[in-house]
Amino acid sequence: MKYLPLLWAGLFRKKTRTLLTLASIVIAFLLFGLLQAVQAAFEAGADAADAKRLLTISRYSFIELLPIAHLKQIERVPGVVGVSYAEWFGAKYQNESNAFPVFAVDPERYLAMYPEFTIAPAQREAFARTRTGAVAGVRLVERFGWKIGQTLPISSEIHPKTDGDLNWQFDLVGVLDAEDPAVRGNTDIVLINVAYFDEARQNNRGKTGWYVERVADSSQAKAISAAIDERFANSPDETRTQPEKEFAVGFAKQIGDIGALVTRILIAVFFTILILTGNTLAQSIRERIPELAILKTLGFSDGKVTALVVAEAVLMLVLGGAIGMAAATALLPVVNGGTGGRFPPLFVGAETWMWALVLALFVALAVGLPPAWRARRLRIVDALAGHR
Amino acid sequence: MGPPPTDALIQIRGVTKTYRRGSEKIEVLHGIDLDIPRGDFVALMGPSGSGKTTLLNLIGGLDSPSAGTLVVDGRRIDRLSSGELSRWRAANVGFVFQFYNLLPTLSAQKNVELPLLLTSLTAAQRKRHAAIALSLVGLEDRRGHRPKELSGGQEQRVAIARAIVSDPTLLVCDEPTGDLDRTTAAEILLLLRMLNEEHGKTIVMVTHDPKAAEYANHQLHLDKGTLATASPEP
Repeated sequence: MKYLPLLWAGLFRKKTRTLLTLASIVIAFLLFGLLQAVQAAFEAGADAADAKRLLTISRYSFIELLPIAHLKQIERVPGVVGVSYAEWFGAKYQNESNAFPVFAVDPERYLAMYPEFTIAPAQREAFARTRTGAVAGVRLVERFGWKIGQTLPISSEIHPKTDGDLNWQFDLVGVLDAEDPAVRGNTDIVLINVAYFDEARQNNRGKTGWYVERVADSSQAKAISAAIDERFANSPDETRTQPEKEFAVGFAKQIGDIGALVTRILIAVFFTILILTGNTLAQSIRERIPELAILKTLGFSDGKVTALVVAEAVLMLVLGGAIGMAAATALLPVVNGGTGGRFPPLFVGAETWMWALVLALFVALAVGLPPAWRARRLRIVDALAGHR
Repeated sequence: MGPPPTDALIQIRGVTKTYRRGSEKIEVLHGIDLDIPRGDFVALMGPSGSGKTTLLNLIGGLDSPSAGTLVVDGRRIDRLSSGELSRWRAANVGFVFQFYNLLPTLSAQKNVELPLLLTSLTAAQRKRHAAIALSLVGLEDRRGHRPKELSGGQEQRVAIARAIVSDPTLLVCDEPTGDLDRTTAAEILLLLRMLNEEHGKTIVMVTHDPKAAEYANHQLHLDKGTLATASPEP
């Protein structure tokens, strides 16, 4: 700590240059924080995936339906300890831009399958016993100002009622939430009771979109997946089962390989920062050769002078990184508010902060070590005589 | 085994210094023998290129001789490693340069505190020591000023305060008045003499200026790397 004023003075020897360099570091880490949040949101499905959950869809296409009658057979597969199912409703609320996922589910089975979702016990019970009941994610409830007990008028793009009408009405009986902010984005859904939906729809009665299975032992997930698919092999409704995480990753990649995209952008940004900061620091050290020689004259050892130069780089990167990350953290709630809940919640998690620190230290060492080595090798008499 | 006991603070025996420039070897000092008693004030004089700054650098532990022995306060500094020399300089030598060599971004107080960063003193103790050193050179009211806000003479006083703040035995001064006008130079030289007479500092000063050299107790003349004559005490 006693060297901090010395480091600070060295850092701000040329204020404008340092502030501009600092600004570029701040922007780099702001970008890092924001892009990591976007990537985390895209990968939230995979991250939140339970290793003990499998997903079964039609072997040929995700949009092909499977018979609800598969349920009993899947339950009998050894290793399977729970089964749920869901059907895509294809919903919009009020207008085209208010689209969100609505799943027709068996309330008890579905909520038991996703213990990471939280719901008040009374609301859970109400959902199970209300045939026209629906529960909605907390962010949707807040976004549209819904109240428990009200009617939800939701239109389906693909499921007409028996009278051909695409407009459905459900009774909101509960609110879904999650303690983990990464999971909260996955609650941006409305669940409706399949008992009413299946009876009231015009087409595809007795069919469902996908099954979700819980297995007792995650190490047996592949074998159990194969056993489920084996059970329906050569039937009119063949299945494809895979661990939930595998499915989520594959689904996210249909949109684009966000991870690779983010990594490429960040490499470009940090490579630029590396050159910029490295050049600035090298220039700053070159200008201070006589001052470093004086420090050595006063008794600062080669190691201490080396450490001071590296510490200056670390101070600059950590300071800029912290400001950038803090800005990203402060900005994301505004972004979240701006999207009106149409996008999963973006947030800077502890892991991103940790990676930012690692990145700051790595860049600091990369840009700090070359001038520090030069400072270490500096001969006092040469530097004082004006020889560089 | 250490060197034999003697009254001399600095004992130089057969010291040579050779620099290599490309394939060429240049011997700057040729077998210097010299004793400087404790508490002395010595002026090293000589024409440019005579080797006086090289000799001063060796005495101050900024460089090592190519041959010969150099004992300061009973310790052979010609044998010390770079790290040991750093520690030795911090504890035993104060430096004053022609162009002051203060850190421009630090206040006078912080500049004076610099050598104390290498000690175990607390921040408050460092501050107190620096304030005492600054008052000794008559600059207690300028401690918050940065070098560019001070005159040349004041900058040199800050440099002297920095040189004495850790209470070294030896002060080495390289043309300390070379950048100052006659009046200010006289003030600085009087200050050095006060440090020598009242505080017992041993001072070795390189100078071109015969008037500056008159403030010293002895004058040594170097010519082409050889110690020529020692002037009598003024």
